[in-house]
Formats: sequence, structure tokens, C-alpha cells
Amino acid sequence: MSQDAYDVVVIGGGPGGYVAAIRAAQLGMTVACVEKRGALGGTCLNVGCIPSKALLQSSHHFEEANHHFAEHGIKIKGVELDLAVMMARKQKVVSDNTKGIEFLFKKNKVAYLVGAGRIDGPGRVTVGERVLSAKSIIIATGSDVTPLPGVDIDEAQIVSSTGALDLPKVPKHLVVIGAGVIGLELGSVWRRLGAQVTVVEFLDRALPLHDGEISKQMQRILERQGLAFKLSTKVTAAKNGKAGVTLTLEPAQGGKTEELKADVVLVAIGRRPHTDGLGAKEAGIAMDKRGFITVDSHFRTSVPGIYAIGDVIGGAMLAHKAEDEGVALAEQLAGQAGHVNYEAIPGVVYTWPEVANVGKTEEQLKADGVAYKVGKFPFTANGRARANGDMDGFVKILADARTDRLLGCHIIGPAAGDLIAEVVLGMEFSAAAEDIARTCHAHPALGEAVKEAALAVDGRPIHI
Amino acid sequence: MSTQIVVPVLGESVSEATVAKWFKQVGDVVAADEAIVELETDKVTIEVNAPSAGMLSDIAVPAGTSVGVGAVLGTIGGSISPSAAPPASQSKAEPPKPPSPAPVARASEVKEAAPSAKKLMAENNLQPAAVAGTGKDGRITKGDVLETLAQPAKPPSPAPAVRAPEPKAEDPREQRVRMTRLRKRIAERLKEAQNTAAMLTTFNEVDMTALNSLRNQYKDGFEKKHGVKLGFMSFFVKACVTGLKEWPAVNGEIDGDDLVYKNYYDIGVAVGTPNGLVVPVVRDADRISFAEVEKAIAAYGRKARDGKLTIEDMTGGTFTISNGGVYGSLMSTPILNPPQSAILGMHKTQMRPMVMPDGRIEARPMMYLAVSYDHRIIDGREAVSFLVRVKECIEDPQRILLDM
Repeated sequence: MSQDAYDVVVIGGGPGGYVAAIRAAQLGMTVACVEKRGALGGTCLNVGCIPSKALLQSSHHFEEANHHFAEHGIKIKGVELDLAVMMARKQKVVSDNTKGIEFLFKKNKVAYLVGAGRIDGPGRVTVGERVLSAKSIIIATGSDVTPLPGVDIDEAQIVSSTGALDLPKVPKHLVVIGAGVIGLELGSVWRRLGAQVTVVEFLDRALPLHDGEISKQMQRILERQGLAFKLSTKVTAAKNGKAGVTLTLEPAQGGKTEELKADVVLVAIGRRPHTDGLGAKEAGIAMDKRGFITVDSHFRTSVPGIYAIGDVIGGAMLAHKAEDEGVALAEQLAGQAGHVNYEAIPGVVYTWPEVANVGKTEEQLKADGVAYKVGKFPFTANGRARANGDMDGFVKILADARTDRLLGCHIIGPAAGDLIAEVVLGMEFSAAAEDIARTCHAHPALGEAVKEAALAVDGRPIHI
Repeated sequence: MSTQIVVPVLGESVSEATVAKWFKQVGDVVAADEAIVELETDKVTIEVNAPSAGMLSDIAVPAGTSVGVGAVLGTIGGSISPSAAPPASQSKAEPPKPPSPAPVARASEVKEAAPSAKKLMAENNLQPAAVAGTGKDGRITKGDVLETLAQPAKPPSPAPAVRAPEPKAEDPREQRVRMTRLRKRIAERLKEAQNTAAMLTTFNEVDMTALNSLRNQYKDGFEKKHGVKLGFMSFFVKACVTGLKEWPAVNGEIDGDDLVYKNYYDIGVAVGTPNGLVVPVVRDADRISFAEVEKAIAAYGRKARDGKLTIEDMTGGTFTISNGGVYGSLMSTPILNPPQSAILGMHKTQMRPMVMPDGRIEARPMMYLAVSYDHRIIDGREAVSFLVRVKECIEDPQRILLDM
């Protein structure tokens, strides 16, 4: 048994873990990062954000070629899908990126250990035969797909997001269980590639955690694109057959059941913390009822010297939230004042048009009894959107009625995920809506819609 | 040639002050290092001296306004008015301008305000220094400016207050005065203590007979030798140290999820001043003599009266003693001085009939004692036992000597 001593041992090489490792190394600590997948980048890079964006981009091109080139005066005949090439391209994007992180580890002198890390007492982590000693241990083991009772995932006919990124052929009928971010993104991919897609959601709206107006508008847009929704409906059973899966559906409040046949079923009802084989329980690390590791505001677990970040501690299960926590924790370990502002974390749904949000929804503000003003601006009135031919959606800004301070922003629209950034920056600086309105925006650009929405908070947009 | 008067660094964790009073008017001639303006912070008042000799040519920030560290308070013009000095020769002999890098560096700490805030301030003739910024790193937001504008008009300056009898639109039966920074800070801290701690009070009473006779016996010799009066406070400070050593939680504090026990005994002694209560700290009270405790307290008392207490004098105490007895209080429940976890309240000594162990009734000089404590860290047993130990030490001061 070899023994290695490090200042910091990070368990998990996803966005939280690898970023924490690099930041800690930048700050002069000796760092090892343990990852069992055999590739760095975690769920996000290997079977999440990045491969799904690769497929969303490819399928978007396919959709444009099939349906929208003509309106630009481009005629093509015989557009064909080569799914194998599309998947190979996706795989290359993934492997290039994971190698990129390995390079970053070398550059920053972070030791990369392949294997399952197990906490084996205070300051001790075992990786196979190897024993590492660490002044600080960071748990960044991420999350897993939440299973649905009665619908067992076999990654062939009944798949998780991982399987849905790797289907060998386009299904005739794909049923997506869960109208959240993952369900709508992957539903969009296969719909564009030719599948009939039905989305079944237990709650009464698509994107149930988003601002209500966004949910409603987005559902309308996706239905127009060809997605079918069955809301307030639960899936109670699944029967695998030779010709596909037969699902049993039931109204959410109970009632008459019905059957729905599918070639492939995607279970996308959420993710749960991943701590299997970590030895966390044995080490005495406290977890809540749902299995999330409990931490204080400094990411300290109940055991001194052991910290946790990212999906495994709950909150928004987003790569960038985990990254920010990784940086903040590494800086704290170096004696600095690390910081994560949970009030200003953006979220993006990469459908087309995209959906992006930051801060509070109208529903939350009403529940909190906050007096607010709304400024809205549609992309139909934005010059660049019109020129592009992408006019679906709007920008909605919520600001404090008294101080004009930005409280939230919700966008449906082309490049919404990029447009939201300026509002996040504004919120980080406690900006007023007027501050965005008084900031010069290039013309013609999609960002002008953000400025106009900020003007609309004060009831004075120029272009509508 | 002119020099800017800037707000100096105010001390640890203090970033803001209020201009309390200008000693000089625009046009007044000032000597280098002469006090020209007084600033009030959360904890102390500070005099700012003239960085150079010259004429006060501009007062940028009137009294009553908040200023940040590095903000420009006013300007001293280089040329002294003819009446004050012979012209040509004096201008050459003028003291050299102090090196400017320091003020410049500080000035850069004044954060850029948000564009909406800048516009509002310009329209309302408001100086950035008059607005307390709540944005990132203290930047001024639109909300901060709106808040400042919404505040009631400036507090009446002393002059109108004196002219009160004149019929005014204001109700003459009441007077509205802006809280001083010190008063505001006291208010915040006391409320914070009440909101945070699980605070309760335990009482006891102490027979001062033994202590009185000890003092009477030694006070003249003590004063002759040490140059300071032998008061009650040194005994109470020492008695508390004895109790704190025995019950460490009383000397501890809560920091987040941690309990911090301190192996040093810095005892805060509350002192009343015309502007409010301040609590200078007697350091390492366990290691210094009675005379040194008395000297420290006497020195703090003088400094408090002159408004010369520094922030350092008042930070970092581990336990506080408050003596309401000097004002005649017979019994009270003191409020904690956060982050400390306990405070001893002393009261007025009064002759009361007491039943002696043999059943006789005697008139004895009695004082009620109160300890308020944070039940989150201190158990009732610890607080009560601590107070009993203090009582025992005062009733039998030899115990202090023997540390028992």
C-alpha cells in the first residue's frame, strides 16, 4: 500500500470537484482529485450538459435545413439524417473536453487518481489499494437519476438521460416522463430528428419551477413545434414488450387509468444525491432525509475536516452552482473569504427558443409579499430577432416597486442563456432596473430586448 | 497650492463616520496639525487635524453628514490671507505639502456609484458621501439614494434648537434630533443581543461589610503608594476573574456552530459618558495587580470624559461589568454585550436589616448583584455558581488572594 499526503483530496471530478481542485492548487495547496468514471467532467461533461448541447445544436441544424432554410430562399432537396455521424461528433466533443480538464490538471499540478474514493476515517481516503491522507477532504460526488417506482430503467427501452443521449435510432414514439429541463431538452432533440414526442408531467404545468408566465408561453411554443403534453398525470406502471413499452397513466389526483404505448420511455423526473460507496455514513457525516449531505454556510459537514459541495449538498443542481461553491471553498481553505451568492444563480433550458432565468419568479414575490414592478419586451419588436427570423419569446424583468432593485429576470428567446448574463451581473451589484436601462446596448442586437424590458419597468420602452 | 482634508482610516471594521462639528469656518486660517473637524464613528469621536497650514477654502461635507474612509471633507488653500501673514516671504516659508500618495490611495476606496444613483444624486444635489452605500463593496445603489431622499429633512442645527420659543411650524412641545452614530450603534447592538441570545438573569446579594473595612484599612496607604484610589471595581474585576476561571463558559462565546472558550480575561467596564454608554476593556485582568486594574479604569474614565477613547480601547472584551449603582439603581437586568455571553450588574449599596447566622438582626451594607447570560452556551448551574463565587469573593476578599 502506498501512502500519499495531500493538503486537499477531492472526491469526484465533476464541475464542482475539478474546479475546487484547480482553484485549491492555484492557491498553493497540494491537491489530488479522485474520479471513478475514468473521465473527468462528471455528469455535466460526460452524460449531461455538454453531450445534450451537442445533440441540440446538431438537431437544430437538421430542423433548420428541413423547415426554415426555404423561408431564407435556400432550396435543398433530400436532407438526410446520419445519426451515427451525429453521435460520433457528440462523442468527440465530450472526449476533447474531458482531455482538456486532464490538461488543466497537469498544468496546475493536480494529481488525478482514477478509482472510487472512499472516506476511511478522519483525513483518510482510500482509492483501491492506495491510501491518501488529507488535511481537508472535499466531497463532490454529485447526483444520480431519480428512479420512478414501477418504471425500471434498462437504458434500452426505458432510458435515463444517459441512454437518451445515445439511442441507436430515432424512436417512432418517445414518451418523456417529467416536463423539467432535461425532459424538454431531450424531447426537443428527438422531436427534431423525427420522433413523435409526448411529455407526461405530474404537476399542472411544463417547467413547473419556472415563472408561471414562462411555463405557459413555453408550453405553447413547444406544442406548436409538435411536442404533446399530458399534464397533471402520473405514470404508475410500465410493461416492456417486444414492440415497445406500455405505460399506465393515471390523473395526478387519482382516477381512471389509461394506457400509452411508446418505443422508448425517458425517465427525467429529477436527480438525487450520489453517495454510494463513499463511506460517508460510516464516517458519521450527517445527511438529511433525502440523502443530501448537510453542510453549514462554509460547506463544513458534521465531521471536522470534511467538506461537501455541488449536487450532493442540494440546492440548485447546476454545474455552475457547483463550480462557484468549489471556488468559494478552495478560497476559504486558503484563508480567503470565498463567496457564493445564491440569489443570483442563472438557470438555462437549451430548447429553441432558449429559456433563462435568474432570481425570483412572480409567484415567489407574491408569496413573499414583495411589492414589485414588471417590465416586458417581446422579441417580435427587436430588430435583430426579426432579421434572424427568431421572434418567439420575450424578456421579463422584475424589480422592487420602491427601490427599483432587480429581483428577477425571465427570458424566452434566441440566446436567452447568454442574454441573462448581464442581469445576473446587475443583480450581483444590487443594480436597479434603471441601471440596465441606462447602459448602452449595441444595435442591432438581441440584448436590446433586455434594455427595453428594463425601460418597461418604468413604463417607458421606446420600441413598443 | 491646496490640500484636501480626507477622512483618515478609522480603525478596525469601521468604514464610516458622521461629521459632528466643524471647528473652523471657510476663510479661517489654520495651522498645520490644528484640529479642524470632529468625526463621530460607531465607537468614538475623532478629531481630524489640518494636513497643512493655510486657509480653509472649502467645506465639502457639512455637519450631520455620513462620510466613508478617504472621503474629502474640505480643502485648505495654500495662500494665507494677507491680514494673517506678510505676503511674499511667507508664501516661500509655507510648510511643505504633505506627501499626497496616501490620501490619493484612500480616495480610490470611494466606490463608483450605479448610473441610476449618480443621476438621482446629481438631480438632488446630494454628495455621494451623504449616502450610505449598500451595494457590492459599499457601492451606492438607486435604492440607497431613494432611501436618503426619503429620510426626514436634516436635523435642526443647534441654532434653531436654541431659538425654540419662536413660533414654528414644528410642534414646539417636542424636539426631533438625529441619533448620533454612537447612540444608533448602541441601539443596534443591544437589540442584536436581545434578538440573538437566549438571555436571562440570575440574582444574588452581597454583604459589603468585609470589603468596606478592608478598603478603610488600606485606602490611604494604597493611594500613597500607587497614586490611585482603591475602589470597589478592582475587587469586582478580580472576583469575576476568579469565577470565570472556574466556569469557562461564562467567559466564552458562540461563533457560528462553535463554542469559543477563552483563556484570557479581558474585562469590559461600562462607563457612562455624556453621549452614552461605552465599555473600555481592562486587558489581562488575571495577570495584573489591583493597582493596575484601578489605574486602567481611572485612565479610561478620563479618556471617556474627554472623548479620547479609541476603538482599540473598546474591542475584544470577554466579559463585562456594568455598575448601575452609581446612578442609584437598586436592581436591574443588564443586557449582554455581544459576542460576550455574560454580564455582571452591580448596584447601589444600601443598609438593610439582615438576619445573622445566630438569629440576630443587624443593619448591613447590602448590594444586589445580577448576572445576565446567554443560556445557549451557559447552563443555569454555571451562571448561578459563578455569581455565588463572585459573592463569596466580595464577602471574604481573602478568597481572591487564594484563588478559591
